[in-house]
Amino acid sequence: MSILKPKGGQSQSSRNALRSYLGAYGFMAPAGVLVIVFFLIPVAIVLYLSVTNLASSNFTSDLAKMEFVGLRNYETLLNDQFARKIFFNTIFYVLFTLSIFNVSAALIVSLLTTHIDRNAGFLFRALWILPRITSPVVYILIWKRMMAEAPFGIINQFNEFLGQPTYNYVATNPWVFVIVVNGFIGISFGMIIFTSAIESIPKDLLNASLVDGSSKLQRIRYVILPLIRWPLLFVVTYQTLSLLTSFVEIQLLTDGGPGLYRTEVWSLTAFHRALSNYFGNAQWGYGSAFAVLLVLIGVVLAVVYMRVFRFDELIAEPRVEVL
Amino acid sequence: MRITIDNLTKKFGDVVGVEDLTLHIDDGEFVAFLGPSGCGKTTTLLTLAGIYKPTEGQIRFGERVVNQVQPKDRNIGMVFQSYALYPHMTVFQNIAYPLKLKKVAKNIQRERVQQVANVMGIGNLLDRRPGQLSGGQQQRVALGRALVKEPDVLLFDEPLSNLDARLRLTMRGEIKHLQKDLGITSIYVTHDQVEAMTMADRIAVMNGGHLQAFDAPDELYSRPKTQFVAGFVGNPPMNFVSVEVSRSNGRFIAETDRLRLEVGGDRGGAAAGFAGAVVMGIRPEDIQISGDGDIAGEIYVVEPLGREDLIDVRVGPHSFLLLAGAETQYRAGEEVKLAFDMDKVQFFDPQTEKSILWQQ
Repeated sequence: MSILKPKGGQSQSSRNALRSYLGAYGFMAPAGVLVIVFFLIPVAIVLYLSVTNLASSNFTSDLAKMEFVGLRNYETLLNDQFARKIFFNTIFYVLFTLSIFNVSAALIVSLLTTHIDRNAGFLFRALWILPRITSPVVYILIWKRMMAEAPFGIINQFNEFLGQPTYNYVATNPWVFVIVVNGFIGISFGMIIFTSAIESIPKDLLNASLVDGSSKLQRIRYVILPLIRWPLLFVVTYQTLSLLTSFVEIQLLTDGGPGLYRTEVWSLTAFHRALSNYFGNAQWGYGSAFAVLLVLIGVVLAVVYMRVFRFDELIAEPRVEVL
Repeated sequence: MRITIDNLTKKFGDVVGVEDLTLHIDDGEFVAFLGPSGCGKTTTLLTLAGIYKPTEGQIRFGERVVNQVQPKDRNIGMVFQSYALYPHMTVFQNIAYPLKLKKVAKNIQRERVQQVANVMGIGNLLDRRPGQLSGGQQQRVALGRALVKEPDVLLFDEPLSNLDARLRLTMRGEIKHLQKDLGITSIYVTHDQVEAMTMADRIAVMNGGHLQAFDAPDELYSRPKTQFVAGFVGNPPMNFVSVEVSRSNGRFIAETDRLRLEVGGDRGGAAAGFAGAVVMGIRPEDIQISGDGDIAGEIYVVEPLGREDLIDVRVGPHSFLLLAGAETQYRAGEEVKLAFDMDKVQFFDPQTEKSILWQQ
């Protein structure tokens, strides 16, 4: 049956609909396959692992012997005396890094660099990108060398030179350290988004505000900030989720210490339990339970953000009325 | 508010926006800055607004030197080509914004905004957002926002360019009427010479960052001081042809390969006194197709404009635009005779492009 020969209007149009449908899916397929292979399937595996007792202590080559334990891992987790501390550690870490650096500092850097000479602004922003493009190991090493105890650390060298007492900064203020180190990396993302948003505001609008009688600060408050509202909310959402799952820098810096879980965050625990436990006792099943809860928290937060910030309005059609 | 611009120069790095501009604008006057894009008219306007600071020279509002004064302290209102309405504010908030910045009391704000909105005919749209308005309505909001703080100076940056032709005509009249009514000194930037001619008391014609002429519209039209002004002001544009003017038997003759025309005493005398070829300019309405004409040409194209026809006649290598009544039935290819009104021709120095007849 040739498609050039219509049998009836309806079947023809439904066939066309089907074809455009298939076309659309065809174009989405490559990205879809990537998401399925590298996200959905791993999540499903982790989900399954979290209800088994799989661990290096009882691991055999016969995977059929892997025991299904139901929700026992989750039960253990809830009764874990450190889980509560780690949970609040995570909230503390995300909240402070996000509010001080990833959003506020990023906003301040972009506002400052868009209000000065263009080239100078570009230079300052380029400097702020350095922490992001430096390999984490190198970046953390630099910080550790700066903050190290006397007589090794650069800052303590200054302290000695000035006749001040020396400190073991990582040991005494590990949270300041963790948040600053992560925050310096986090600034660049918001900075790039905010800067491009500010620079895409039409020049006429910015000039109009000055002519209307605003100072430059008032212009930021009444015109620029409202106009970059969506990028602002996007950065808050994206960076919350990104910080929730980030642990490499903390692992390299303090590895959750000093002491017992002082700066341990949820994602780092999942890693520690499943893959890097002491004495090589990797609890794959138990670690997976941590990971699953993190995915769950992330999904819930994403939905809450989308609702609270009304991202659907962002893509709503404009209601232009021509008179 | 009297505005005095003395020797104003504005450079951006090595690029010259406007150079050595001197312009004195009277209180309550409506002045148009006219010129092609890149001529420096918008640069001058933004310098007056305080967005740019002058590189050299001086700007005075009344007696006050405002070179370094911030825009907010100049008490100016400005209307932009893009309207520049704040998209996140309602019409009311847009118009009230200058008052809010001045910390005017809320109830007075409401009163003033309603009053201005009623004058602009948008009193019923105060709850809308700019995105929900048509271009014409947005333009009225922009005007309302400029007027609400009762500015000393109104600046217009091609405010009508984005409107359709019909609406442009209406708004042209409204802005002119409003300006005369309120008596606010106004500066209006445009590249549309019809807009400039119809609205302004005086027109500053600019080109390449330099002031070409500053005169009343009629004066610019009938006594252009440079060839640029002659060509830019007037639609359809003036015809130019290079001629030699000589004196023979007490008469002045303008001559080139296919043309030989007698010029009136005053104009001819000035042109004849000039050594070498000069540029002769003649407006389309000063050329008639007539049986007694002494110049033979061939019609190249006829463009009907409704009320009249625009006709391009070729005389040898020269091309002349002229106007004929719509009732005439000329066709392309037709041989015609042209009569030039030689009492209205202009003469320009081909090197300096300055008028030989009218000194600056």
